[in-house]
Amino acid sequence: MATSSTVTKPRDILGTSALRPDGAHKVQGSFEFTSDMHAENMLWGATLRSPHPYARIVSIDTSAARALSGVQCVITASDVPGKPTYGLISSDQPVFAREFVRYMGEPVAAVAADHPETCRRALALINVVYEVLNPLTDPEDAVSGAHDPIHPDGNVIRHQRIIRGDQTATGPIVVEGEYVIGMQDQAFLGLEAALAIPDTDGLGVHLHVATQWLHEDLSQISACLDLPAEKVRLTLGGVGGAFGAREDISLQVHCCLLALKSGRPIKMQYSREESFFGHVHRHPATIFMRHHADSNGKIVKIDARFVFDGGAYTSTSPAVLINGITHTQGPYKCDNATVDGYAVRTNNPPCGAMRGFGVVQACFAHESQMDKIAAAVGKSPVEIRLINAMVTGDPLITGQVMESVAPVARCITETDAIPLPQPLGTTVNELALPGGSGLTASRSNIIRGIGWGVSMKNLMYSEGFDDYATARCTLADGVASLKFATSEVGQGFVTLAPQIARSVLGVDEVIIEPIDTQIGSAGSTSASRQTWMSGGAVDGACRLVRERLFHHVGNLHSIDPLRLVIDGTDVIDQVGTFRISVAEASDGIEISETFEHHHRATEELDENGQGNCHTAFAFVAHRAVVDVDPELGLVKVVQIATAQDVGRVLNPLSAIGQLEGGIAQGLGLAVMEEIVMKDGKVRNPSFTDYLLPTALDAPDVVAVMIEEYEPQAPLGAKGIGEPPCISVTPAIVAAIRNAIGKDIERIPVRPQDICL
Amino acid sequence: MTVIVAKELITALAALREHADARLIQGGTDLMVEINFNHVKPTTMVSLRDVAALRTIRTDTPGIMSIGSGVPYSVIEGEPVLTAIPALAQASRTVGSPQIRAAGSLGGNLGTCSPAGDTLPVMFALDAMIHLNTLDSRRVVSIHDFMTGVKRSVRQHDEIITAIDFPIVRGWQGYSKVGVRNAMVISVASACLVADHENANVRIALGSVGPTIIRCRESEAWLQSSQDLSAGQSISLDVANEFGRRAAAESSPIDDHRSTAEYRRHAISVLASRLLRKAYQ
Amino acid sequence: MSANEFYQLRVNGKTHQVQDSWVGESLLYVLRERLGLPGTKGACEQGECGSCTVLMDDAAVCACLVMAATAINSEIVTVEGITTESALTDVQQSFVDEGAVQCGFCTPGLIVAVHHLLEKNPQPSEFEVKEAISGNICRCTGYGRVFAAVEATIRSRNAVK
Repeated sequence: MATSSTVTKPRDILGTSALRPDGAHKVQGSFEFTSDMHAENMLWGATLRSPHPYARIVSIDTSAARALSGVQCVITASDVPGKPTYGLISSDQPVFAREFVRYMGEPVAAVAADHPETCRRALALINVVYEVLNPLTDPEDAVSGAHDPIHPDGNVIRHQRIIRGDQTATGPIVVEGEYVIGMQDQAFLGLEAALAIPDTDGLGVHLHVATQWLHEDLSQISACLDLPAEKVRLTLGGVGGAFGAREDISLQVHCCLLALKSGRPIKMQYSREESFFGHVHRHPATIFMRHHADSNGKIVKIDARFVFDGGAYTSTSPAVLINGITHTQGPYKCDNATVDGYAVRTNNPPCGAMRGFGVVQACFAHESQMDKIAAAVGKSPVEIRLINAMVTGDPLITGQVMESVAPVARCITETDAIPLPQPLGTTVNELALPGGSGLTASRSNIIRGIGWGVSMKNLMYSEGFDDYATARCTLADGVASLKFATSEVGQGFVTLAPQIARSVLGVDEVIIEPIDTQIGSAGSTSASRQTWMSGGAVDGACRLVRERLFHHVGNLHSIDPLRLVIDGTDVIDQVGTFRISVAEASDGIEISETFEHHHRATEELDENGQGNCHTAFAFVAHRAVVDVDPELGLVKVVQIATAQDVGRVLNPLSAIGQLEGGIAQGLGLAVMEEIVMKDGKVRNPSFTDYLLPTALDAPDVVAVMIEEYEPQAPLGAKGIGEPPCISVTPAIVAAIRNAIGKDIERIPVRPQDICL
Repeated sequence: MTVIVAKELITALAALREHADARLIQGGTDLMVEINFNHVKPTTMVSLRDVAALRTIRTDTPGIMSIGSGVPYSVIEGEPVLTAIPALAQASRTVGSPQIRAAGSLGGNLGTCSPAGDTLPVMFALDAMIHLNTLDSRRVVSIHDFMTGVKRSVRQHDEIITAIDFPIVRGWQGYSKVGVRNAMVISVASACLVADHENANVRIALGSVGPTIIRCRESEAWLQSSQDLSAGQSISLDVANEFGRRAAAESSPIDDHRSTAEYRRHAISVLASRLLRKAYQ
Repeated sequence: MSANEFYQLRVNGKTHQVQDSWVGESLLYVLRERLGLPGTKGACEQGECGSCTVLMDDAAVCACLVMAATAINSEIVTVEGITTESALTDVQQSFVDEGAVQCGFCTPGLIVAVHHLLEKNPQPSEFEVKEAISGNICRCTGYGRVFAAVEATIRSRNAVK
């Protein structure tokens, strides 16, 4: 839908807390999420999934399902007209399993019927005979080759080393640890949903879908449907959060196939349980790190080994691996490194993108190591990090030179300057204590701890990928219209884009046209990239329009266009007295310009992991204060202090929302969120057993935005979405260690890890 | 007609007698999950939502508070239950979310009979009595006889749980529940301790650490034989910890996706010790 | 779907006919798919997220856990019933102004829960607010702006007095 935003004074330009244009609809319940959509004559679609992590399909009998009253069609692998597989990096994931199922929850068939309950009954009538096979569930068995290949492409998805500097370097201080990161789920609230409407001629389809990247979906869907791209049109439906889970294909192809086969609109929406099987998760990882340091605690060399469990299909595992290993050093100087990294295939659920993308895992390891170095040399967590803090111009372990603004030391010192919370009083609300209304603890049972985490995160895509963004700006009669394919998933690009147009063009009213594939790609809403990339595209398109407006005004009024500038909502002559409102200047004309923003080129890593693979970086520090009940192992996070390198704040209200929201997700990974696996089976696919932080788990957040203008960024602003959730996790774990005086090398930290 | 929305108990009882496939639904907080998750295909439903008689709290029998099986937890959290049976109010406050507590009730905890049912340990510690009615009979069953296993009870198809009688005990009582977040969480381990100062005994019942709720009779007997449990006494940390160890030894937890047997046993020892100390501080 | 249920529901002060329904349908499904009231959202089907919070006889409950056909004698109010045509309610306005809305999927449930809280308890303490919305999961905001919105509403109501 088109969203219109009209403003009153003060003008909602860049730097102000402009309000969301969709806010009123969202609070009234009238914002249309994809799951709210309906079409005339619509049917429901549903997916049959494998109950086994690894099995050979002996036979599939759909006849009973087809015969059920209300069922329109049943489809399986043999109904896929085009490419039988899809995938973001490697097309290795079947639309429907044909010969083998390789993870619990892999799609085997889909049905279309008149009611969701009819769908469920039809699925139950599909008879699939499986020959259950021995699943590969230990990633080390994939690395070692101990298990036969479970996929024609083999069990190692990618292996990459980083060899840097003096391989024999060491120091008087050597600390090491093996860190284990559990499988986290994005757990967006708005479940997967799509509405596919077949063209009346049956030769094309219009898909309304909640996704992070319309154009990538389009290319994968059209290949599977064997339709030319122009016969598949995608429109962004309302998206209820994403966090990486909507980057891969889930129900898109199934929904389109059912629509084309039945000739009727098909609505699909996953249940929460199905959602746990229907999208990729954050990679579980095991990371060994050994840091060599001098007697002051300065890092001399890092040895590391990463194993990321990619699950059954590739998804973005190769990129997650590279992100992980290239962030081995964290935001610290390091000249020598030996890093070995694997992303492997197992019969566990496929893993892919989630906020932080490989860096979350690396950061937990390197920050745990920093505290070990600090303890070994008798320095505080702050001192050890300041001694090692990276600055602009430092070489990374990939040989790439840090060219981004890098206020690492400032992030640390400004976080350190944030006042600590009040100590726990003698009388305290029971809900404030670990255990909360469970009344498990008294004040005297509780110990407080403080911990630190600092991180570096790459922004945009890496390794030579040109993830450009496209935008069109049209100015007519004082109103700007913006067109882009940028997925709004809740992050607020629909707020930011009009702010840019107002700032550049001096307009007040900005219309956002439907977000669809009727314009060039915007790239994915991921990698903290849309403010930089789509923001850059909108800014560029608006600037082109402004230039033409100045020519138009200059011609009409015989003024050199180069002397014209925007002042508020007017066009003025910088050296004269001429002034005309933008509304009047654009009266009766229409100026439209399209702009593509490309970030600077990057390159692939060589066999030694050397190369300018990343585009830019952002930094953040977190200090956590936690209360722990050491006997029961329960934790309440009291306060998170943070100073984040943001380049420039474009919308303070949106920015604090990103910081607080990311911190809550990092808190979840620290102390409660984990998809529990046993023998390749997910044990807790529900919100009863996959626990997300509630209002009573939320800490006080005290945040400082560090504004050091980033010259490489089109608006001077860095992406801010991912950093908040990265180093907060190790900060919380460090605070727990600080409270109980015991090492913990696994996240999420479970009660038994603390007290047993 | 497949959904019978009864306003009178007798209507519901008659419907149960008539329909062999009928299932009872009150707040729906357990059964609807089963239906939504495709585990149950309801055919005939008997709704107790509008049976006002099940939503009363009665104190007409001296020494007893009788709570209707349909009284929502949100009511039980507050007065008069909070003063009369504080452990029950505490347990009720830990059930699910405020929205669940506005709909769910003791009848549901009993009807489902999950070992993780939050209020069941309170019933076990207080020796609650369960009232069961059919169209033409009534019986009162001790909670100890009512729950027979994981999601199993002695309730017959045509019976409705109408009320639960809780003896009012003079002394101290408390409930503790371990979960891995500060709200809206299924119990990993729970305990209810009642210190009956008048009769100088202590009772403790455990949740989520066995196929049924576990009443720690041996620990109770050990404590009573070794300590004066009347009002005004105090309990040393050593005794409390020994009591905790003994209670844990009486539990029989398992490993599952929510926790481990080892942790559950440990948690019980801590909860029992802390509750006992609070009862005699 | 074999259809056999016919009943009436009172929603937002109006009587709605429900026809040809299946017995297992939740109030959430009926509101969204049969009565044209999609403001109530579903995200967990088991009362663990609060997205489907509605008022039922003046209690805030999860519509996903109400068997719709059992609600025939109840007064139900959804986010659409709280919303007025003229302007946002003070709670709604505070949510927009304080940045408590990101993806917005949890928002209608939170709006209903906060309206209900302030109706029952106009001056809640910090922990009363947190406990009252502890059944409403928000994955985007981390709750900071949600708390700010509730506080802003209370402040504005107190200023009017």
